[in-house]
Amino acid sequence: MLELVDLGHNYGSYRAIDRVNLKVAQGEVVCIVGPSGCGKSTLLRSIAGLIKPTGGTVLLDGKPVDGSPENLAVVFQDYSRSLYPWMSALANVSLPLRRRGLDKKKREAAAMNALDQVGLSGAAAKYPWEMSGGMQQRVSIARALAYQPKLLLMDEPFGSVDAQTREELEDLTLRVCAHHGMTILLITHDVDESVYVGDRVVVLSKAPGTVVGDLPVQLPGPRDQIHTRELEAFVRLRAEVGRLVRGITPYRNTHGYGVETR
Amino acid sequence: MPKVNGASLLRGLIGTAGLLVVLEAAGRLGAWDTERLPLVSTVLLRAGELLADPEFLVSARSSLTTWAFALALTIAIAVPAGLLLGMVRPAEVAVRPLIEFLRPIPSVALIPLVILMFSETTHMRITVAVYAALWPVLVNTIYGVRDVDPLAKETLRSFGFGPASVAYRVVLPGAAPFIATGIRLAASVAIVLVVTSELIAGGIEGVGVYITIAASGNRLDLMIGATILVGLFGILVNAVLVAGENRLFRWHRARTEGVT
Repeated sequence: MLELVDLGHNYGSYRAIDRVNLKVAQGEVVCIVGPSGCGKSTLLRSIAGLIKPTGGTVLLDGKPVDGSPENLAVVFQDYSRSLYPWMSALANVSLPLRRRGLDKKKREAAAMNALDQVGLSGAAAKYPWEMSGGMQQRVSIARALAYQPKLLLMDEPFGSVDAQTREELEDLTLRVCAHHGMTILLITHDVDESVYVGDRVVVLSKAPGTVVGDLPVQLPGPRDQIHTRELEAFVRLRAEVGRLVRGITPYRNTHGYGVETR
Repeated sequence: MPKVNGASLLRGLIGTAGLLVVLEAAGRLGAWDTERLPLVSTVLLRAGELLADPEFLVSARSSLTTWAFALALTIAIAVPAGLLLGMVRPAEVAVRPLIEFLRPIPSVALIPLVILMFSETTHMRITVAVYAALWPVLVNTIYGVRDVDPLAKETLRSFGFGPASVAYRVVLPGAAPFIATGIRLAASVAIVLVVTSELIAGGIEGVGVYITIAASGNRLDLMIGATILVGLFGILVNAVLVAGENRLFRWHRARTEGVT
């Protein structure tokens, strides 16, 4: 449903990303992982239509993206900046639904439903600054869910919460998105997280970022923070991704396990 | 937003009352000729009486109307202009030198010119007040708009909202606390300029006119009484606006003071 063809972007003479090619199928959860400064956010912004890439094309359902596409939502890392402090959680979640042409009643009903799914039905009237970081990011996720996008972009969504909340939110995202059949592109610098959350892990190189690895994650579902992470396959895959992120040449180990690179 | 708590308010009242008591005592002890400069108690009494004096009330109503019109016009001009200049960087760059040139010109210095331009005294007074009150609103609005987080705007854009929606739903509410501060400053400035233009240019009605007439009759008690009422009105307006800001923009204070 999403295809990036030779996507590149320069800021002046600085090349942030270079000829990124990627295909994401409907319903897939793809994690993009890379070292800091690999142009992950530039990539996400290009897909979301927030910046116009200087090279290549973004195709969504076969159509080139021009401006912010319909049926797309973004969850940013910085919830405290992306939620509106003058609005209650409910108002924050229902605001984007104006784009769906729903009346106030229907917007609020949909927003309540989404808040319920992230376990915040009791906090609908609260303001973001009255909530903990984890709660605020739940509101952001609820806002994206209520909008019912076909493609959900997440930019380091769990980067600003504590470790325990992080695990909760990872599971929440997996659960809720599987329920909605949403396609997710999650950007992270956390190797563990990419393997745990993704159906596929795409590794970007240091700037200019380009795809240096594309690994299918074959782990039994539903995933579990303890069991999944102790599986041999998880540990192996995490090591492979880790090497790719650090720019160490992949090798075939004694088990014959290898990494496909492009 | 300045925060007034009970203790500081009480201290302020004690300080003011103390000064008034000292002045009253000094006057009674013959520190000055109370025939010329009346006692504090006399002035306060006159101020109270003025509130029931039909002649003064006609003037007060006139000044109040002029002030309200001037403030409304200021907001109607400066807020949209500030939003535009805040959002469209090239426009701001183009207009900035003009603003920096016009802003320091004292509005009072323009009164003779404005008198020649308007035959209607109310129009003249409004013009003078608007000229002075415009700047705090304009400058605060521009800064408020600039202060709006780019990510807040991008979030709405990513949901497919256009520039007009982003301006209305994010930029305007985000800049609102700054705009409100500008309006509060403008309200005080407008009071000063309305009364000043009444004092300088004269006319038939207005508190400034009333004060001029009292002065020509050598009625210092009425002059000071009327002046005190203007000052009290200023304090009242400020207090109401501060209370409004604290109520409406709790989110802003929570954010700037780091309360979570």
